[in-house]
Amino acid sequence: MSQIVVEALSKTYRIAERDPGLLGAVRGLVRRRWRAIEALADVSFTVGRGELVGLIGPNGAGKSTTIKILSGILEPTSGRCEIDGLTPWRQRVRHVARIGVVFGQRSQLWWDLPVIDGFDLLRDIYRVPPARYRASLGELVSLMRLERVLDQPVRQLSLGQRMRCEIAASLLHEPALLFLDEPTIGLDAPSKLAVRELVGRLNRERGVTVILTTHDMHDIEALADRVIVIGAGRILADGPFDELRAGVLSERRLSVDFTGEAPELAIPGVRLIERDGRRLELAFDPRLTPAPELISRIVADHPVDDIHVEEPLIEEVVARFYDLHGASEA
Amino acid sequence: MIAAAARPYLAGFRARFQQMLQYRAAALAGFGTQCWWGTIKVMVLTAFYQARPLGAGPMTLADSIAYTWLAQALLALQPWAADPEIVLAVKSGGVGYDRVRPLDAYGWWFVRAIGWMTSRAAPRAALMYAVAGVILPAVGLGRWAWSAPASAPAAAFFAASITLGTLLAGAMTVLLDLIVAATMNERGVNLLLTPLTILLSGNLLPLLLFPDWARNWLFVQPFASLLDIPLRLYFGLLTGPGALEALALQALWVVLLVGGGRWWMGRLMRRLQVQGG
Repeated sequence: MSQIVVEALSKTYRIAERDPGLLGAVRGLVRRRWRAIEALADVSFTVGRGELVGLIGPNGAGKSTTIKILSGILEPTSGRCEIDGLTPWRQRVRHVARIGVVFGQRSQLWWDLPVIDGFDLLRDIYRVPPARYRASLGELVSLMRLERVLDQPVRQLSLGQRMRCEIAASLLHEPALLFLDEPTIGLDAPSKLAVRELVGRLNRERGVTVILTTHDMHDIEALADRVIVIGAGRILADGPFDELRAGVLSERRLSVDFTGEAPELAIPGVRLIERDGRRLELAFDPRLTPAPELISRIVADHPVDDIHVEEPLIEEVVARFYDLHGASEA
Repeated sequence: MIAAAARPYLAGFRARFQQMLQYRAAALAGFGTQCWWGTIKVMVLTAFYQARPLGAGPMTLADSIAYTWLAQALLALQPWAADPEIVLAVKSGGVGYDRVRPLDAYGWWFVRAIGWMTSRAAPRAALMYAVAGVILPAVGLGRWAWSAPASAPAAAFFAASITLGTLLAGAMTVLLDLIVAATMNERGVNLLLTPLTILLSGNLLPLLLFPDWARNWLFVQPFASLLDIPLRLYFGLLTGPGALEALALQALWVVLLVGGGRWWMGRLMRRLQVQGG
């Protein structure tokens, strides 16, 4: 059964427009022109209990708007959304008691207070019974390795420590659904890995449904079974990442180090990308020429030192996908 | 049941109170400024009474002086600016987090406003009382001191009235917060409210010392309920039915401004556009 049902969701913002310069500013005082911005147009999807879904798309695509509607912050212009039978913006208080939210670019902890005071305040906000709170806090502290930061004021934490605290803060009331809006933004490599591991464990071990937005495709590769791509307010793709990759860019790379000078190769379906002394970089389509066949043809005719096959970088796949759909930010 | 319902709001009040108490330097600086202004106002009032004796006028000099110390002590209870924490949240988009809490949005801002104001007022009032209420009489300057309430009933009326005044100040602060949320800027509203509050609450000059033609009007406008009415009760200038009427007037303003604030907040939050990201 679906936990989240989204049907034909649309959101239009109205923004004031004015001509540039002083004259434009003066004119804007007298008569204001409004322009409608369509942030979301006819977005539909469903998410099952326990799924981990990555929501990706270029800046301004509508990812955050989607998260804000799903978490009850924004009211859509039209469309339907039901999460565990509740409409987020109509039954906001009941809905938000059951979800956890992290906005990577903002802080929900009190800047001047020690972390633990912020956690205690959230305990009271969500009316968590004391025994449940102790158990939940203990588990999260060891899971996120927060023992040493609990009594520090939030402003003294590093970004990585803070983000671990933010995620813990969103889970103190044991929500069954977690929204993470760019949880790895600005983090260094070890912190990113830690956050990914945590999110993965929450999903696997506690069965928490997770909706994650990110610009870091490694987050998606490491975590998400399913990717929803949004561009210009519309859903462009919805499925496993491998499917997306195959549909967009089936091409793979082969780099060969020859023993002598690199030869001229003429194999149908194989494209030369770069020749560098004894090395050749080739691009091929594995559906036309499978890698083993290509490699055996090359080594049969030429002495070879080393050979390896590479998949295109995940960023390349996504950039190409956005371009194909005209979704890259203007 | 009620305890469970009130738990988040009590916690929000406590957290805000605790947080503000950390700022000792600000409290001391505020206290210093308020002493300085208090002294000047006491000197001006004395000169005014000596130049033009009022006889059995509306207020004695002694009461005017004590009024001044009380007004200075309770300055932080005046709604003269939007809550800076809410201003920051509105501008940074952090206000989105307020919307994902299972709370009544108005109640949450209201308790934080009260926590913010009372936490700033409490240490300043205590220091002011120590100086103007204890030290001045002890060193023989009793003429210039902060005197006790007129009577036991006056003290009780004052306690009830200053509580209502504080609730009203909270309601006004939330209205200021809402103006900031609607306009994305706090400077205009703060600039307007500071002089308005200082003048109309009686902080600058007790409202009884204003010209006769203005007094009735000044009594019923909402800012009088913040300070002037509680202080009239303190000095026994309003007693019996008059005192009860004054309390009813304060309660009416609280109900009106809380109701209006709630209605506006509901509208505003529906079309709120959380900035950025």
